[in-house]
Amino acid sequence: MEWYQSHILTIVTFLPLLGALGLLFVNKDNTRVFIQGATAIAFVDFLLSLPLFFWYDAGRGGFQFTERLSWIPAIGVDYYVGIDGISLLLMLLTTFLGVIAILSSWAAIKDRVKEYYIIMLALQTGMLGVFIALDFFLFYVFWEVMLVPMYFLIGIWGGPRKLYAAIKFFLYTLLGSVLMLLGILALYFYYPRVTGGAATFDITEFIRVLGPLRNPEWLEMQKWVFLAFFVGFAIKVPMFPFHTWLPDAHVEAPTAGSVILAGVLLKMGTYGFVRFSLPMLPEATKYYLPWMLALAVIGIVYGALVAMVQKDWKKLVAYSSVSHLGFCMLGIFALNEAGIRGGVLQMINHGLSTGALFLLVGLIYERRHTRMIAEFGGLSKQMPVYATLFMIITMSSIGLPTLNGFIGEFTILVGAFTIPSGYGFTIPGVNWFIGGKFWAVAAVLGIVLGAAYMLWLYQRTMFGKLDNPENAKLQDLNGREILTLVPIVAVCFWIGLYPKPLFDILQRPVAELVQRLEAGDSGMAGDATPSAAPAGMASGGPAPQ
Amino acid sequence: MPVPATHVLVFSLLLFSIGMLGVLTRRNAIIILMSIELMMNAANINFIAFSRQLNNLVGQVFSVFTIAVAAGEVAVGLAVVLALFRNRDTIYVDQVHIMKG
Amino acid sequence: MIELLWLIPVLPLLGFAINGLFGPRFLSRRAIGGVACAAVVLSFLLSAGAVLGLGHLDAVAAAGRAGLSVDPEAHRATLTLWPWLLLGKSAAGVDLRIDWSYTLDPLSAIMLLVVTGVGSLIHIYATGYMAHEPKPAFARFFAYLNLFMAMMLTLVLGANLPVVFVGWEGVGLCSYLLIGFYYDRMFDEKTKMSCADAGRKAFITNRIGDVGFMLGMLLLLSATGTLDIQGILAKVGTLPVGLCTAAALLLFVGACGKSAQIPLHVWLPDAMAGPTPVSALIHAATMVTAGVYVVCRMAPLYRHAPAALLTVAIVGGVTALFAASIGLCQNDIKKVLAYSTVSQLGFMMLGAGVGAFGAGVFHLMTHAFFKALLFLGAGSVVHALSGEQDIRKMGGLGRHIPWTHATFAVAWLAIGGIFPLAGFFSKDEILWGAWQRSPILWAMGAAGAFLTAFYMTRLYILVFWGKERFDDETRHHLHESPRVMVVPLAILAVLSFAGGWVGIPAVISPGVPNFLERFLAPVFEAHAAGVAIETAQHAPGLELGLMLVSMLIALFGMFFAWVFYDRRPELPVQLAGSARGLYRAILNKFYIDEFYGKVVLAPYYALCRASAWFDRYVVDGVVNAAGYVTLGTSYTSVGFDAYVVDGLVNLVGYTVRGVSWVFRKLQTGIVQSYATAMVLGVFVLVSVYLLTSSH
Repeated sequence: MEWYQSHILTIVTFLPLLGALGLLFVNKDNTRVFIQGATAIAFVDFLLSLPLFFWYDAGRGGFQFTERLSWIPAIGVDYYVGIDGISLLLMLLTTFLGVIAILSSWAAIKDRVKEYYIIMLALQTGMLGVFIALDFFLFYVFWEVMLVPMYFLIGIWGGPRKLYAAIKFFLYTLLGSVLMLLGILALYFYYPRVTGGAATFDITEFIRVLGPLRNPEWLEMQKWVFLAFFVGFAIKVPMFPFHTWLPDAHVEAPTAGSVILAGVLLKMGTYGFVRFSLPMLPEATKYYLPWMLALAVIGIVYGALVAMVQKDWKKLVAYSSVSHLGFCMLGIFALNEAGIRGGVLQMINHGLSTGALFLLVGLIYERRHTRMIAEFGGLSKQMPVYATLFMIITMSSIGLPTLNGFIGEFTILVGAFTIPSGYGFTIPGVNWFIGGKFWAVAAVLGIVLGAAYMLWLYQRTMFGKLDNPENAKLQDLNGREILTLVPIVAVCFWIGLYPKPLFDILQRPVAELVQRLEAGDSGMAGDATPSAAPAGMASGGPAPQ
Repeated sequence: MPVPATHVLVFSLLLFSIGMLGVLTRRNAIIILMSIELMMNAANINFIAFSRQLNNLVGQVFSVFTIAVAAGEVAVGLAVVLALFRNRDTIYVDQVHIMKG
Repeated sequence: MIELLWLIPVLPLLGFAINGLFGPRFLSRRAIGGVACAAVVLSFLLSAGAVLGLGHLDAVAAAGRAGLSVDPEAHRATLTLWPWLLLGKSAAGVDLRIDWSYTLDPLSAIMLLVVTGVGSLIHIYATGYMAHEPKPAFARFFAYLNLFMAMMLTLVLGANLPVVFVGWEGVGLCSYLLIGFYYDRMFDEKTKMSCADAGRKAFITNRIGDVGFMLGMLLLLSATGTLDIQGILAKVGTLPVGLCTAAALLLFVGACGKSAQIPLHVWLPDAMAGPTPVSALIHAATMVTAGVYVVCRMAPLYRHAPAALLTVAIVGGVTALFAASIGLCQNDIKKVLAYSTVSQLGFMMLGAGVGAFGAGVFHLMTHAFFKALLFLGAGSVVHALSGEQDIRKMGGLGRHIPWTHATFAVAWLAIGGIFPLAGFFSKDEILWGAWQRSPILWAMGAAGAFLTAFYMTRLYILVFWGKERFDDETRHHLHESPRVMVVPLAILAVLSFAGGWVGIPAVISPGVPNFLERFLAPVFEAHAAGVAIETAQHAPGLELGLMLVSMLIALFGMFFAWVFYDRRPELPVQLAGSARGLYRAILNKFYIDEFYGKVVLAPYYALCRASAWFDRYVVDGVVNAAGYVTLGTSYTSVGFDAYVVDGLVNLVGYTVRGVSWVFRKLQTGIVQSYATAMVLGVFVLVSVYLLTSSH
């Protein structure tokens, strides 16, 4: 058990890849083996990741379950992994959605079954790796590795315009990654100039040394690095105006692909901001803050407006993602405890509720082979179970209290409401009221718009007369399909009613983050001089247990 | 009276020339092989002639080696010819010019 | 009993779970109805027990139970169940946390009893009213209704604003689901509005109000560091008036949405698309009063913000008058009642707005009785007429359905404000409060009361008196409702009659204390200290005089309606003809829906389409353009590659091939010719050597 505890991250991360390798050796005609094998692997992986939730010591700061091995010593690259509360939650979300996504593909994937499940498992490893990496090089490797299976997932099992979507997705994100790589290299080469020691890709070191650094040269450089990171992460989030790959990718991707895409991949952008931009580049973050907030709020409102007039069910959900992720960004860039807690929580919530929405669309698509909203109507008579689950998820998505969406949105709004007025709109006279609160006020509008398009969608598909004869033949959900949705619904209620465990897990990491952002010129500034550096170099981050 | 080395050398020259002529002109692979043997034996005779002339046994040793090698060579050569015949139904070398550019 | 406070909302929730999960398939109709009613009735009994327990909180305080904190002075018990929202440290260093907690004090006690009491009656009534529905729909109906009860009780019991908000949104959801209960039917053929549309309209309009509620919460949280209602109210005195005004107004926006005050009233008349028990329970007796409840809950905040309080009064007064005037010309029995509800809610707001919070709550309570009775009576009428809702096709029903007629008459007199029925006392208390604030507000209220008396009499006469205007087919099916529907009517009639006696003002019965006022005193007077609020220079003569005036006004209204609709039926037609414009405006509800359609919805849809266009052609256009530019560039480079770069490479190849043609000729493939060449070469080399080495 102790051994497991100290290697848990590696095991959880690489188990799917191992499984995929194992499946490589099975004859491709044994489709049942792939279906059951992949499901079993994903499920075991989920079970293996659960202890993290209990072993994670919420009271202790820093990264836990760390593991460190030398990988490419010549350029200072280590295999260095570890998690804090933020990455813990995202990891659990990933393993959880991994099972659901694979479970949802049983009936949907008919051709190239072997390749499909192998790719799904490989994708899982890539995604988990992104969240556990504490070495920038390792992070970048996982970040890129994950792109490839996703590309194939869209490009092979996608819809009619799959190639366009897949290539758009790949190139768009690749463009971002390249700029991000430039940013990483800038940090890599700047770090030794500060410490005078050896170069490293160690993220914790960057945060510790570069974060509090306040010399003019670095402050100028921060802005550029921030922009480079921004492009990389904003494309992934996606923030307005970098979002247009998302609807295409979602519409063309197979259901499981959409679930993973919405549930986990988008979170990498927001995760990137929280993990890298904020703690490493605090001054640049504050410098660009009004822009970030403006883009976040534009995303919220704009996504909701565009979603309203979509004719394609899946596209509507995709645009709703733009709106929801805007909320995450707003929370994160509120730069206070409530905001960041809410932002991270909303990532989880969005993963659950939008993931479930994509599952629901997928179930209908499997039956009717169309996603045009106009084709449907009155389904609640034909598929009561489906309609009920869809209603719950809709409510979760529009932030109805007792469901998860509200917890995230409310927490974010509390954070956004206390954004200092310097970062808001300054209208003379009423400044005391509007000021930084402008963003929260605008974001609240997004809640109304969100209700408008989701209810409109629900009404057009579920209510009304069942007048399309095609729909009269629809079957309600079977056991497996219910099994894919019910866990999500259960977690939605859990988070909605008793989110304390999640708040507890987030408490320390977020508090530390906020402290760093507020630290100003004090703290580690002394390390900026080369003479003071070696002492700090010796220990690389907190030691494992 | 010892035969002068020159005679022996002239003999070996003739023998070599006959062999070479055979190799260059005949189309039958077996005859080419036999001609090669002739050339080899001409060389052997040269070894022995010089061995005697110089009072050094190394030449004779070498000729014994050569004979051994020649035996192996014939074996391989005949096997090649046999394979050739099996594949091409001919042992005339001008009909197997697959190396033609 | 107070310890069991948590069970009050949980019981209906259980009912919801049972009926929702097992109802459609496994339970019989009787079981479904039984479970639903039992849950609510039990909840009522528990509430009653808990409310009685408020009297001896000292014992509870002495017992000291974890999570339960009591304030015997204020008659308040708060049960903290679990930590809910942990928002971290604020900028000021305050640890923001919100617990899931319930509180019971006199104000929530009254709401609790009204909600569970009226709710129980309506549940029982509904088992009869909905009996003709197919079973899955039957189960769904009661599941929703129970869920509504759970949410409404959460709203009422919530000890902090977010928990109130949970109930607030939850009842909104149930309202949405129940308005759209007949989700495959049209509600209004003329405007092509389906029941589902009506539900959505209700939800969205409420959401617009919720924006205000949400922002109000955020503002209060950032100002006081807590959302606990008592915590906020304790700090109100220290806050700047401007901030209080802003927060109070924002909360009032939410209240306007929920309580259908102008300008957010548009959803309530359309909410009549739901089954009649729903209209009675949700859209008359309980949910719509939530706005009034929240305003009264936050009374000290409003007291501290006079401008906000005045706004509440004005909005309430205008709504009371305005909705009543629309009620004059409606022909759908439920729509008349709906506008009446809007108007009565305006009265309550007026009461709260003039500082007479107690009167507002009092009217809320009596209104719950008589309006529920009116709706249930209307349901009974509609039931008797096999679904007909147009009062022009009714008339003379008094003979056929005597029980409904009698109970409806009680409610009619109660809402009209006739002494000594319930409506009289509560309405008069509001009007008295309004007079003290400003005679103009009083005049608005009095005019509203006149109109109310008028249109209710009109409704009553058109339905129960006069000629029978329905066809023989309908007459054939005409029947009094079953007992399960009539008994709740009778109970509500008793309450409508006598329910006002708990708040008989001192001026009428000097010896008997005003029970309600004393009961509510700890709520409304606790934080009033230090805030300038005139508790009236007592003028018994004036109060009595005004009572008489308002009573006369009501009687006048009834008299005119009697003349118009019973004695001289041609008069209304003539009047409508002579004031054509006004009549049409009233008939079309002052074109407010049309106005919103043009000014809010049309631009909104246009904006949506514009955004989608922008997204498709500009944002994505830029991306695709970048793609095309790349593609164009690559085509260019492909050409360059094929003809220039590759051309050079190929040139080398061709040259080599040309040269090699010569050499190919030499390669015969015949070993002998090579050997010949070799021999010749050796010959030539040896010859050259010999010839040159001779020197």
